[in-house]
Amino acid sequence: MIKNIISKSLGFIGYTIQYGCIAHCAFEYIGELVVCSGPSMEPTIQNHDVVFSERLSCHLYCIEKGDIVIAKNPSDPKMNICKRVIGLEGDKVCTSSSSDIFKTHTYVPKGHIWLEGDNIKNSTDSRSYGPVPYALIRGRVCFKVWPFHNAGTFGKSPNERVPRNV
Amino acid sequence: MLQGHLPACGCLTAAILALGSYQPFFNASSQELMRPSLNPEGRQASDIVLLNRWSVRNYQVQRGDVVSLISPKDPQQKIIKRVIALEGDIVKTRGYKNRHVKIPGGHFWIEGDHYGHSFDSNNFGPVSLGLLHARATHIIWPPQRWQKIYPTLPKGHRLLPSANDSSMDEDNE
Repeated sequence: MIKNIISKSLGFIGYTIQYGCIAHCAFEYIGELVVCSGPSMEPTIQNHDVVFSERLSCHLYCIEKGDIVIAKNPSDPKMNICKRVIGLEGDKVCTSSSSDIFKTHTYVPKGHIWLEGDNIKNSTDSRSYGPVPYALIRGRVCFKVWPFHNAGTFGKSPNERVPRNV
Repeated sequence: MLQGHLPACGCLTAAILALGSYQPFFNASSQELMRPSLNPEGRQASDIVLLNRWSVRNYQVQRGDVVSLISPKDPQQKIIKRVIALEGDIVKTRGYKNRHVKIPGGHFWIEGDHYGHSFDSNNFGPVSLGLLHARATHIIWPPQRWQKIYPTLPKGHRLLPSANDSSMDEDNE
């Protein structure tokens, strides 16, 4: 009787470990659901929206300009940020705000990307902490899952900040 | 039929995750950069070191640790360097655009042991802690170089003592 219970428990633990490992690999290499908080991506992503971010683009190095990405915060690696990619390495990005008279530009260094939130007036992004190393990117946000009435894929940035390809 | 394969997949992923906590690291291109602690002069083959990924899961490192991180200039490459300074420290740089740098929050300063031949923070500045990959704990190959790697700041390091140092207070009195 005891032997039966022990063997059943071991079997259960074995299955839990196996499925746990598969789930971990799925979250690590395929995608995950993320709850976003903060106003920096309004109106595209509101506070408490749930989005699905996929990891494949990040592992295959095919993140493009205009994509919304989840990345580790460069100032605090335990926190994540959700911003839009405005420039890739080698691109020229505008660092001054739209109210400045004289525009300043900078080039994104090799191995880095330039991130900005859609809510230009209320977003801490590359305009404060500079270009972000590519390796800090965790995933590319592909579609919104919650709330249902707003669910679907994302369009272009509402601002004219993403430079057109020359 | 799938049921038969699932336990095998599960065991394989469990093994990969378990080994992922400790990984051997071999990088031929960085041979020059950490001499003489790794790859001492005159050797044909590179050292192989053991990396502990579990110990850096909370991004806790000390000054003097040898760590592996993803290169800020090339996300497909990993580099091994020594941690010289953590956030809040002030470093006297060699060849960087500023003479003194205060490390910002969430960043750290790394240098290769071989001054002059190293591509490190003196080139690209303080590095974000998010790029940290693992800590090098032992040299495991070749067998005559089997040793534990201890966190020591190299002689001639240029980390300035912080304002909280007791030695500084004694000077002021």
